[in-house]
Amino acid sequence: MLIDVGSLTIMGVALGGLLGTAARFLAVEEDPLEEELKAMLPGSQCGQCGHVGCAQAAAALARGEAPVTLCPPGGKAVAEALAKKLGISADLSEHTEKAAEFAYIDEDLCIGCTRCLKECSVDAILGANKLMHTVIAEACHGCGKCALVCPTEGIVMRPLPQTIALWHWPKPDISH
Amino acid sequence: MKFYSIRGGVHPNYRKDLTSERPIVAMPLPERLFIPLQQHIGAPAEALVEAGDRVRKGQLIARSQGVVSAPKHAPTSGVIEAVSPLTAPHPSGLAQATIILVPDGKDEWASLPDPIAEPFDALPAAICERVAQAGIVGLGGAAFPSAVKLGLGRQHRLEILLINGAECEPYLTCDDRLMRERAKEIIDGARLMAHALGVPRVIVAVEANKPQAIESMTRAAEHFAEVSVIAVPVQYPTGSAHHLVLALTGRETPAAKRTADVGVVVHNVATARAVQQAIRHGRPLTHRVVTVSGGAMRAPNNIEAPIGAPVGSLVDFCGGFSTPPRRLVNGGPMMGEPLASLDVPVVKGTTGILALTAEEVGEQPASPCIRCGSCISVCPCGLSPVELAALIRRDRIDVAGKLGVMDCMACGSCAWACPSHLPLVQYFNYAKGRLNAEALAQRKIERTRTLVEAHNLRQEKAVAASQAVAAARKTSQPRLQATEVVE
Repeated sequence: MLIDVGSLTIMGVALGGLLGTAARFLAVEEDPLEEELKAMLPGSQCGQCGHVGCAQAAAALARGEAPVTLCPPGGKAVAEALAKKLGISADLSEHTEKAAEFAYIDEDLCIGCTRCLKECSVDAILGANKLMHTVIAEACHGCGKCALVCPTEGIVMRPLPQTIALWHWPKPDISH
Repeated sequence: MKFYSIRGGVHPNYRKDLTSERPIVAMPLPERLFIPLQQHIGAPAEALVEAGDRVRKGQLIARSQGVVSAPKHAPTSGVIEAVSPLTAPHPSGLAQATIILVPDGKDEWASLPDPIAEPFDALPAAICERVAQAGIVGLGGAAFPSAVKLGLGRQHRLEILLINGAECEPYLTCDDRLMRERAKEIIDGARLMAHALGVPRVIVAVEANKPQAIESMTRAAEHFAEVSVIAVPVQYPTGSAHHLVLALTGRETPAAKRTADVGVVVHNVATARAVQQAIRHGRPLTHRVVTVSGGAMRAPNNIEAPIGAPVGSLVDFCGGFSTPPRRLVNGGPMMGEPLASLDVPVVKGTTGILALTAEEVGEQPASPCIRCGSCISVCPCGLSPVELAALIRRDRIDVAGKLGVMDCMACGSCAWACPSHLPLVQYFNYAKGRLNAEALAQRKIERTRTLVEAHNLRQEKAVAASQAVAAARKTSQPRLQATEVVE
């Protein structure tokens, strides 16, 4: 009886100690899931999700504190990829996607202050000090950070025009 | 010749007799021509004219942008009224940049490039260049820039040039008439194309329901040993490039590949004629033959129309409608698309304009699938339409993609055979559109990420550079003081 209790106690202490040390020395610095999620996000640090940057958004996603539909520039494609990664069957049919936008500079209002230039994380704005700025629409991903800093409210976010190249047939409307 | 059987297919009511005995006629010039900048697969052309410019027939009015693109030429002489967005001949009904030309009625030719004197001694690249300059695109309907396809000999081992005169779509007779009336030009064009491609053999394939066309083509080809004219069995959709190659050579084109990957290049008969005109006469592509037909058309006809003529002007030329049409179709009844209005223009890829009566359309409400499997047995691509449609209905587009919905060529055989009248092709078109849109969105995200990385790298470099400057200033300052002391 004494031997049984003694040996189990010793084993418990020894194994517990081993696990404790292992946890300290072999600890993973960062959640690997977080890294993977971060790689899936556009990485433009636009802050539209309410987090400071994409890394913070990925952390919130990994903790399960943020919905997969958090990323407006990523749209449905990113939301679906995130849901797949996290093993969530997100109902995206309810998710009304924000129409894709691009920034447009009103040339009459632009004073050439270069503030928007510094804000743009994809270098989509072209311009120089005291010279007219313009947006390269194909590079713009519609985060809207430039519109927030413009001192003359000369930047508006416009929806991307519907073109023949982007159009596709709608789903047939029948009940069965 | 041995034919390899193709799977599936259907035998719709061809109704080609409406126009098959009507010779090709030229139409009077309409009041205005509307020439869209994009009439082809690839990048749109760039307009070279503006309002008020005088142009002459055959003059370049829009240049191609990039390799897969095609220029536009004025179909007649006149004055440019505007370059503005107008409704395109496209099911979306969206607008597209269009050059508006008001003909002056003189039809004066511009100075054309000289014909290539001895084309069979010319370099293949010279032929391709002339075809590109002439703005020639696939006239069978797909409108892919022909010069790109003629350059395939550089990347692929090619054996056969297949000239597609199958014209398996019901109603359409424009290729049939062209083969009857311009056989010599087509054969000459085909031989020129074979020279450009570097292939030793030309096969002209015509469906057996066009005996006069077969006869005239055979006569035109009799002095050329490398050209053979073959009557292929009548079956829709034999005219699809992949299926025609399969029927004649037994080679199946793999999914998402081109027929060039199995050693065959396919061009339409009208394209061959356009190539002949460009090489032998220096004429760019400014006109095409369009079949105007259907039960609601008063006098169906085959019309050589200038590119840009409004559809309404062709209808008027055919005496208008005998009864109000139930549906207006751009192309054939199987693969054609609904026409947004009569104001849209004829473009390079317009094969037919059909005004169909309610009886011809045969519209019936869809009822539930009875799982009869007809769609599976008629699908020429070996797909399972019943399964795909069920998945797409529940928006499981990704699964449909894995089951090969992208291989669907929208021939319409399944919908034609469906006893429940389900809009199967519409489901597949929707799924294909969604998959393409998703691929585009994914590419955009990847591009954004690349741009962000480049931006961050540049900023890091800028910071490092300014730090280096600051450090350099710190080390250089004491030395300055030292020199001052010496002085």
